[in-house]
Amino acid sequence: MAVLTRPEQEAPTPAPAAGRPPRSLVRSAVFWTFLLVLTLVFVGPIVWMLLTSIKTNPEATSVPPTILPEDPTGAAYDGLMRLDGSYPVLRWFLNSLLAATLHMLLVLAVASPAAYALARLQFKLRGLFFVVIVSTLFVPGFVFLLPNYIIIDKLGWLDTIWALVVPGAAGAFGVFFLRQFFAMLPGELEEAALIDGANQWQIFTRVVLPNSKPALATLAVLSFLTNWNDFIWPIYVLFSPERLTLPAGLRLLQGAYTTDYPVIMAGAFVASVPVLVLFLFTQRYVIEGVSRSGLKG
Amino acid sequence: MASSHAKIRRYAPWTPYLFMAPFLVIFVTFVAVPAGLGLWMSLHDWDFMLENRPFVGLQNYLDLFDPASATFEMFWNGMRATGIFTVASVPLLVSVPLGLAVLLNRRFAGRTFFRAVFFMPYVLGVAVVGLLFRFILDPNIGIVNGLTGWSIPWITAQPWAWISLVLMTVWWTLGFNTIIYLAGLQDIPSELYDAAKVDGASGWQQFRHVTLPGLRTVMIFVVTITVLASANMFGQSDLVTGGGPGDSTRTALMVFLQEGLGAFRMGNAAAMSYLLAVFLGIISIINVLAMREKRRPRWRS
Repeated sequence: MAVLTRPEQEAPTPAPAAGRPPRSLVRSAVFWTFLLVLTLVFVGPIVWMLLTSIKTNPEATSVPPTILPEDPTGAAYDGLMRLDGSYPVLRWFLNSLLAATLHMLLVLAVASPAAYALARLQFKLRGLFFVVIVSTLFVPGFVFLLPNYIIIDKLGWLDTIWALVVPGAAGAFGVFFLRQFFAMLPGELEEAALIDGANQWQIFTRVVLPNSKPALATLAVLSFLTNWNDFIWPIYVLFSPERLTLPAGLRLLQGAYTTDYPVIMAGAFVASVPVLVLFLFTQRYVIEGVSRSGLKG
Repeated sequence: MASSHAKIRRYAPWTPYLFMAPFLVIFVTFVAVPAGLGLWMSLHDWDFMLENRPFVGLQNYLDLFDPASATFEMFWNGMRATGIFTVASVPLLVSVPLGLAVLLNRRFAGRTFFRAVFFMPYVLGVAVVGLLFRFILDPNIGIVNGLTGWSIPWITAQPWAWISLVLMTVWWTLGFNTIIYLAGLQDIPSELYDAAKVDGASGWQQFRHVTLPGLRTVMIFVVTITVLASANMFGQSDLVTGGGPGDSTRTALMVFLQEGLGAFRMGNAAAMSYLLAVFLGIISIINVLAMREKRRPRWRS
């Protein structure tokens, strides 16, 4: 028994947090095999989407399936890349791009001064505002869907881009996230500016914002992604085919081209490319932003 | 920092409110007013299409508990579906990312790369993920059955439909919780592991007595947001199973969006959404209380 258990005890089980590479060769092989299989599981479906989109429909639906396209074709994209018709995927792409960009700018414009006030200024209602805003982070989003539909209707914003751009900017995350960042900036900078006679607006725009570029970039990317991917809201507040965003349009596309998988996968791929590219270049900010969101717990 | 502010505070008393104003306008319009409006609607026979919207008190809520009412069956069928999905997906989305985070927390070449790979599906929207898995899991021409030679009805029969929806959600969102755990793991002082090793603790014992207690707060947060996200489930069912087979995967959110924005009986729908929100609030409180009592970190007790 002792002989049997000994290797177990001796094997230097890698400490979960202390950084040390796995020592034994077997362990290392298992570790890498596991990681590579997992990578295949995570990347495979996305690659499959691309491969299917450049196949012909008979090939895409053949049993058993072919992995690589025997006769690659852009036919699925040809029909979709248009600005008019019933399924103008290019138009939806531009709609999504415009809505997500405007939303991102609006979030930065309203969340940053509010976060500045909550982090750096003294005022009577500060504590109350902060508690109320943060507590909405834990209210499930669906309770706002129906009443907001009525408010959007009253504002005359149904079936317009404003329905996509504005309501989401009321989210507490941006304010909370920036407040935490602004609160950690050293006070000396603004004291120097104050002595030079700067007012609060100048301190905010010339001292605090330029020193917060990583946080602003993180918030910008996260708001863009959230808006680009939003699904429930656009399918209810938009009606005209030419005004849809990509997610709402893809739903329509799936309903119409039920069995034309290259077309459906081409649409899905068009919707994926911008966010995958954005993630590729800004993953540091995205991952940083998500990590920080956990620290509020 | 706060004290140094007070000493040289040179701005009008209303300056902070000016900074807050743009956000507050949007917040009041799209969060505060809707919260009140939703409650108001739920207390009225509020039909979007009708002018007359009489006050009915708690009737919309009572109907949800009355088996004879028109909404009873559809509402509880939706609650059941959301409940099944939550109970099946939350344990996976809390435990698998924890294991993955522990694995990725070691120092090895390519660590950042793998972290990005596992997070990648999360940046895709539910529309893309839904369409993709509808295709991959197609019982006749999907690649899963195609490569394995199985003929599993992934989408058209239970329990396979639930298994499909849960697994695709794990694939899609696992990276999010993993990143949060990784941030939490980095906050656990490495001296604790050193001390545990000196005491002869095995890898599992270190995990059990150092890692888990150290992640207690992070885990409460992860469970809370994962329950909230699961209760919001809509897109996967809408795009992959269409609520089927039968109505078995028609979630609560699908039910009250149909009642509110399909049939425009918004009073009923608002009552449904508030009732689910109250359930979720109770679950969150139970979760926080249950997890707070246990697993107090050793170095804090």
